[in-house]
Amino acid sequence: MKAYKNKKIIILFLAPVVIGLAVFVYYPLIQTIIGSLFEWVSYSPDRKWVGLENYITIFTDKDFGRILFNNIAYAVISVICQVCLAMVLAACLEEIFMRRFQNFFRTVLFLPSLISMSVIALLWKCIFNPNTGLLNTFLVNALGIENPPIWMGDATLAIFCCIFISQWQYVGYCMLLDLIGIQKIPQELYEAAIIDGAGSVKKFFYITLPMGKESMLVTAIITVIGSFKIFTEIQVLTGGGPGKASEVLATAMYKSAFEMDKMGEASAYAFIIFAITMVLSLVQMKLSKTGEESDV
Amino acid sequence: MRYKKWYGSIGKILIFLLFVFLSVIVILPLLWMLLSSVKENTAFLTDPWGIPITFRIENYAYALKYGVGRYFLNSLIVTVVSVALIVFFSALAAYAASRFQFKGRNVVFLFIIGGMMISPEVSLVSLFKLLHSLKLYNTHMGLIITYCVFQFSFTVLLFRSYMLSLPRSVEESAMLDGCSVWKTFWYIVVPMCKPILASGALFATMHVWNEYMFATVFIESDSLKTIPVGLVTLQAALKTNYPVLISGLVISAAVVIIAFLVFQKQFIRGLSQGSIKG
Repeated sequence: MKAYKNKKIIILFLAPVVIGLAVFVYYPLIQTIIGSLFEWVSYSPDRKWVGLENYITIFTDKDFGRILFNNIAYAVISVICQVCLAMVLAACLEEIFMRRFQNFFRTVLFLPSLISMSVIALLWKCIFNPNTGLLNTFLVNALGIENPPIWMGDATLAIFCCIFISQWQYVGYCMLLDLIGIQKIPQELYEAAIIDGAGSVKKFFYITLPMGKESMLVTAIITVIGSFKIFTEIQVLTGGGPGKASEVLATAMYKSAFEMDKMGEASAYAFIIFAITMVLSLVQMKLSKTGEESDV
Repeated sequence: MRYKKWYGSIGKILIFLLFVFLSVIVILPLLWMLLSSVKENTAFLTDPWGIPITFRIENYAYALKYGVGRYFLNSLIVTVVSVALIVFFSALAAYAASRFQFKGRNVVFLFIIGGMMISPEVSLVSLFKLLHSLKLYNTHMGLIITYCVFQFSFTVLLFRSYMLSLPRSVEESAMLDGCSVWKTFWYIVVPMCKPILASGALFATMHVWNEYMFATVFIESDSLKTIPVGLVTLQAALKTNYPVLISGLVISAAVVIIAFLVFQKQFIRGLSQGSIKG
């Protein structure tokens, strides 16, 4: 078609997206990389070249290990719950005896993922409140526990409370995606397996799992990427505290930038997040052959 | 054999109970939120498990007065404009990328989807600086633009693969009859793509409506804040008047939950087309 070679129209159609990405996605990325090599503050144009010093400061910080641990804990637990557990739950809901209730459980478990993370975080903050919260009043009054944990005020527990809330919100969502995936598997495979005498467990390990293996792998990588970018939950729930006990990369970046006005250090944190997520994204793109297949 | 049957039904009951247990864990906090929102503050603090004795609907009026109404409106404006722009510009770009022939087509496409590898967290600091210098800091416009650009890559990818699967014969005969490219796009391609445009709009809405990080960093004035950020501000402002804060949470959660229950079928179809994890 001749009309499909009109240069003016091509430029007109692509311009908003391409210019938008160039100015507001790629340009800031380059600025982040350059900015991480300088020492600068947000309201002054002066920059002082410091080379890799910002990175050295971060890597030698005594809390950096803790920060990485928190992100990795997030990733590991999220993969276990949102990839493995969600898949098992989806397979259970597809069992014939559960079909009657499938719609109900699916809807209920899915609901939290619709609500804003910050709303969920504020809600759970009330529930975890050590004195007046729903959880501790139950522990004290019903179970008679005298010194219940102070949850998010406790340095060891804080990060795990945040992780738990994240799972509470997203397991149902992942389960729904897995359910959609299972329903796309040709039914004949299951019928043949039943004729051959396979039980539920065998069907899961010999059909559902092998058929869903690739999409599970992609989901796992996306989950890990998400865990290294985690911000809202921590920021609203604990702000990285108590002390720096629940700090993650993104909240550390936020603190450097907007509380301590160390923009260079914040940029270095940003670049560390970028490096980690970039590598994982490339692996994911390779696995899902983005752009060729219809699903991402 | 008999043993196995018995064993099997125990398994079934356990699975069923597991789902009941999980549902309780999900429903209880949400139900508690709903009940607490009409409680008196003292009742809330002394007996969090109690059924509300007083039914203080005023809590909602207070919440709206304290800013939730304003935040809600801001969220609505930002979401509607962002989603419309995301869908429209992505459809244009996806159309160009799936139909037009030009040099460097693959490079342009890679440039567009490459944006998916750059997360908002990475650009936060530089974007903050950039919006300042463009005088877009603390404006809805700035927020809308940043929401759009970070949603473009995924949406273009989603639309393009759908458009590639559409037959070209209708468009071609329309063009032979003298239809311009724009008219072909608007009257033929867009109507054919409606289901995928709806899915794209769905993902964009979920993302923009709930977004917190950009909204907290790029907006300073209280009167411009969106709901996710506004409620966090409200929490600090109200200090210990929990039921009013919780009313605000209920308002924000109720809207999305009702919208979901109404459009459930379309919603699930949309998820299955895009099947992506957030």
